[in-house]
Amino acid sequence: MKNIQVRVNGHPVAREIPDHRLLVDFLRYDLGLTGTKEGCSVGVCGACTVLLNGQPVSSCLALAVMADGGEVTTIEGLAEGDRLHPLQQAFIDYGGFQCGVCTPGQIMASKALLDANPHPTPAQIKEWMMGNLCRCTGYYKIIEAIQAAAAEKTEP
Amino acid sequence: MHEIHYEAPTSLEQAVGILAKHGDSARPICGGTDLLIQMRAGVRRPHYVVDVKHIAALTGIAFDPKSGLRLGAAAPCIEIFENATLRRHYPGLVEAAHLIGSLQIQSRASVGGNLCNGSPAADTTPALIALGAVARLVGPKGERQVKVEEFVVSPGRTVIQPGELLVELLIPPPPPHSADAYIRFIPRNEMDIAVVGIGAAITLEGDRCTAARIGMGAVAPTPLFAAKASQALVGKKFDAVAIENAAQLAIEQASPIDDMRGTAEFRRHLVGVLTRRTLERAAERARRN
Repeated sequence: MKNIQVRVNGHPVAREIPDHRLLVDFLRYDLGLTGTKEGCSVGVCGACTVLLNGQPVSSCLALAVMADGGEVTTIEGLAEGDRLHPLQQAFIDYGGFQCGVCTPGQIMASKALLDANPHPTPAQIKEWMMGNLCRCTGYYKIIEAIQAAAAEKTEP
Repeated sequence: MHEIHYEAPTSLEQAVGILAKHGDSARPICGGTDLLIQMRAGVRRPHYVVDVKHIAALTGIAFDPKSGLRLGAAAPCIEIFENATLRRHYPGLVEAAHLIGSLQIQSRASVGGNLCNGSPAADTTPALIALGAVARLVGPKGERQVKVEEFVVSPGRTVIQPGELLVELLIPPPPPHSADAYIRFIPRNEMDIAVVGIGAAITLEGDRCTAARIGMGAVAPTPLFAAKASQALVGKKFDAVAIENAAQLAIEQASPIDDMRGTAEFRRHLVGVLTRRTLERAAERARRN
């Protein structure tokens, strides 16, 4: 067992956890942050994407102890009170999701993209987002949503 | 996943001490993007997992025009392809690092981990072989250096002995008029394991090739240095005939298997195609240097 201290969505969290606890399980089962989904469990689908110290990582392939002393941002950390993050709003406005399982990962990966590059081209969006699979949308709506959020457009 | 003891030493001495104490039951972890998958599947079951990302000697990237590149074994791929100096001097290695998984993987995975995982299909290993990279290992009995083409001994197994740790990769400085390249074939655009991967580094003096090294991945139980194909280029005019001759010698050395990614026959065909293309790409870059 290890005692870890992590800032999760801006709030300090201290927990005693088994060394083999995966970050995705720590978030979902220890903290109840079930917005983060586990998809493929092998780092290919991107559904479990969270930001660890600002970098997008697959939380299914990180140990929770590795986040000790660090900062984790999940989908639950994006909205400010009742106001959705511009990316969340854009995914709704532009039909960037259907079943929604991949959506938290899509939005966290696109958050990291806009943090690094506030005005990406469609080609840059496609390259950055290649690690986030979606079986519903065909991707075009996701790209449109990210472009809209980058342009701060609120209506389609 | 089975229970483990996680350690995160901050010095090389501590890390080697922990690894030496626990021998076969300990394994270093960097990004964990291979090891955690293997642990979750029960393929590897280390009781002690030693996180090496907090050791300064393993995370540095230092380039010197005279002595070359010292690439810390735990430096993440993202730091490699975002590094302008590396993009300038080792574009082939950067290409390979940029092909490993998604950004989510690249922000955690390292070239050192890619090598230590021991896969015959590792993307960065043929690129390292082409560059003549040497692995520096530190263990309880001191340190030693191993050529990258001798590092992997069988699928998933390397020369690393219990207690030893890969500290860094030592890569010679690129000579004038030289360049490297890496190309792999996968049936998709992104996010797949190489069916065949070829790395090449060549030096050109006018239209003559004065040095060449070709590394091959996914064509044998371990990544290979294509010695005959490389040697055949040296001292010759670098033209279509020389490239074709090298490609045929590379095909002769390959001993691929049939598996779900491709047949042995298809892989041999790919060795020829990719050897030609990789040499041409490296040459195009070398002419600009």
